[in-house]
Amino acid sequence: MTRKTASLPLSYRLAVTSRSLAALLGGYLLASMASVCIALVAPLPQVDATLTGLLLSFVFYLLAFIWCFACRSALRAWLGVLTPTVLLSVISGLAYWMTSA
Amino acid sequence: MKEGFRQAMAWLHTWTGLIFGWLLFAIFLTGTLSYFKEEITHWSRPEVRSQALDPTHALEVAQRYLLDNAGHSGTWFIRLPNAREAGLNVGYRDTHGGPRGVVSQTLDTQTGEPLQARDSRGGEFFYRFHFQLQMPHPYGRWLSTFCAFIMLLGLVTGIITHKKFFKEFFTFRPGKGQRSWLDGHNAIGVLVLPFHLMISYSSLVLFMYLVMPAGIMASYGNDTGKYFNDLFGRNDAPAPAQVAAPLVPLAGLYVRVQELQPGARIGDIQVQNPGDRNARVTFSQSSADHVAYRRSANWTFDGTTGALLSQGKPESGVMMAAFSFAGLHMGNFAGPWLRWLYFFFGLAGTAVIGTGLVMWLGKRQLKHAGNERLPGELRLVEVLNIASMSGLLLAVAGFFWANRLIPLGVQGRADWEVNTFFITWGLTLVHAMLRSGHRAWAEQLALGALAFALLPLLNALTTGQGLNHSLPAGDWAMAGFDLTALATGLFLAWLAGKLSRKPRAAAGRARRAASTPPAETAGAS
Repeated sequence: MTRKTASLPLSYRLAVTSRSLAALLGGYLLASMASVCIALVAPLPQVDATLTGLLLSFVFYLLAFIWCFACRSALRAWLGVLTPTVLLSVISGLAYWMTSA
Repeated sequence: MKEGFRQAMAWLHTWTGLIFGWLLFAIFLTGTLSYFKEEITHWSRPEVRSQALDPTHALEVAQRYLLDNAGHSGTWFIRLPNAREAGLNVGYRDTHGGPRGVVSQTLDTQTGEPLQARDSRGGEFFYRFHFQLQMPHPYGRWLSTFCAFIMLLGLVTGIITHKKFFKEFFTFRPGKGQRSWLDGHNAIGVLVLPFHLMISYSSLVLFMYLVMPAGIMASYGNDTGKYFNDLFGRNDAPAPAQVAAPLVPLAGLYVRVQELQPGARIGDIQVQNPGDRNARVTFSQSSADHVAYRRSANWTFDGTTGALLSQGKPESGVMMAAFSFAGLHMGNFAGPWLRWLYFFFGLAGTAVIGTGLVMWLGKRQLKHAGNERLPGELRLVEVLNIASMSGLLLAVAGFFWANRLIPLGVQGRADWEVNTFFITWGLTLVHAMLRSGHRAWAEQLALGALAFALLPLLNALTTGQGLNHSLPAGDWAMAGFDLTALATGLFLAWLAGKLSRKPRAAAGRARRAASTPPAETAGAS
């Protein structure tokens, strides 16, 4: 791998960097939004719902990492992580609006 | 990454493993040592002698000391001696106090005088290092928690890569160089897989409030304190009434707790507003009594009347799940046998990381077998491998040597032990840079072997509590430490011996492999 990297094209390196950022930052955003969504939506007492969200968030982070390096392109990595994040944000937003209204 | 899913996962496993392997090795090794935190502390402070446990007497002693020395403080902490901790620890909040605003003192259970024991952080140092990495708060915790996540990722990607691992588990091919390292890596990884999964996920659970705060903030807004109060079922003590009232004898409250929960071992005792009419005394059951952390196992009394005010709230199912992970990670419930099992599982985890790092380099070194010098990036990995593994072992040994050799009266003695640890570690890095990879490994392991194997002798000479004393006296913590150090020394000597023979053996193997059946080459590497 290391010898090869010297001859690897720049586009490949940028793609790996992009995937890494998608996993690291995009994945964290996804995991955070998942924990928020579960905390607000789960039909449990407040503390239990929050705790469940925290406990499960790492599963989302893990899946995001795997997705970001398994999918076919860096663009798909970002899309695959950000689409569910947006979806979870919308659900969380609705839940927040309904409980505070 | 145009290849299949398994190749992609193998790639992820390889590279995350390399980048975080060095740090993970240190976290796992010091974390493994932490299963014997109290025993290491006992060895590091041999002046603290074990005494027969007498909780009520210890409480009287502690209360008297705190009344005399901490009357001005708003909160007292008492930690009773137990089977693993010989000293009676008391502490009190003081704005001018030591770390985290708490003054701590270890007392002699008999006399109530502060113990004149050597200043050492003992097992506490390794315990703190394994999740704080000697970095300012909270960066060390963030980094170590992220490392735990990478470990979890490494396990999952490792399982995907070796999807036939149950079959491969029964294929161990010793004496085959690179192949044996891989077999060993897989065998240990699979054998201890449940432990590995538990230990890395539970690390995330322990610090999830810190690394994943969004859920708490969304649900509790700015009042995150309420989340912790809800979670741990705590009620804040009332503010002091500013009316003086004597504190009831704590020993009497201890007897009450024993009536409520017969046989309960008591961990921490907290007194709030001592000497005030609004005094509150909380007894918490020792974490050694349950696998999971129990928020329900505590009792709060009115400190002036002695009336039982509240008992810990019961846990919900989700809480039990989270608390079980926390309890399993720390292993406070483990008796001696289970504790040793934890220790060996921890060593296995350390070995999986170590073999992985060695393999990464070994595979790539093969391509440069004929060359005099390694390419720069491989040399960097080699140096870091050596310093992070054999170097760390030397640093641990250095800490224990410093503990016995630094004179007792030196100012900041405990800090010098820690400095010795890091200075030794730094020196091993320099040594690894100056010597060829092969020599550096062999020399550091040989020195490590010597340093560990001689520790029991050093202990006997400097404290008079060597094996000749501790074994007949039945001081198993002291004897266990010395014997473990001796075993570590022998293991490192064996490893060093193997490594110093390697170049010839490897060359011979290549020749013999062509003519002899594999069984005869066993043990060549």
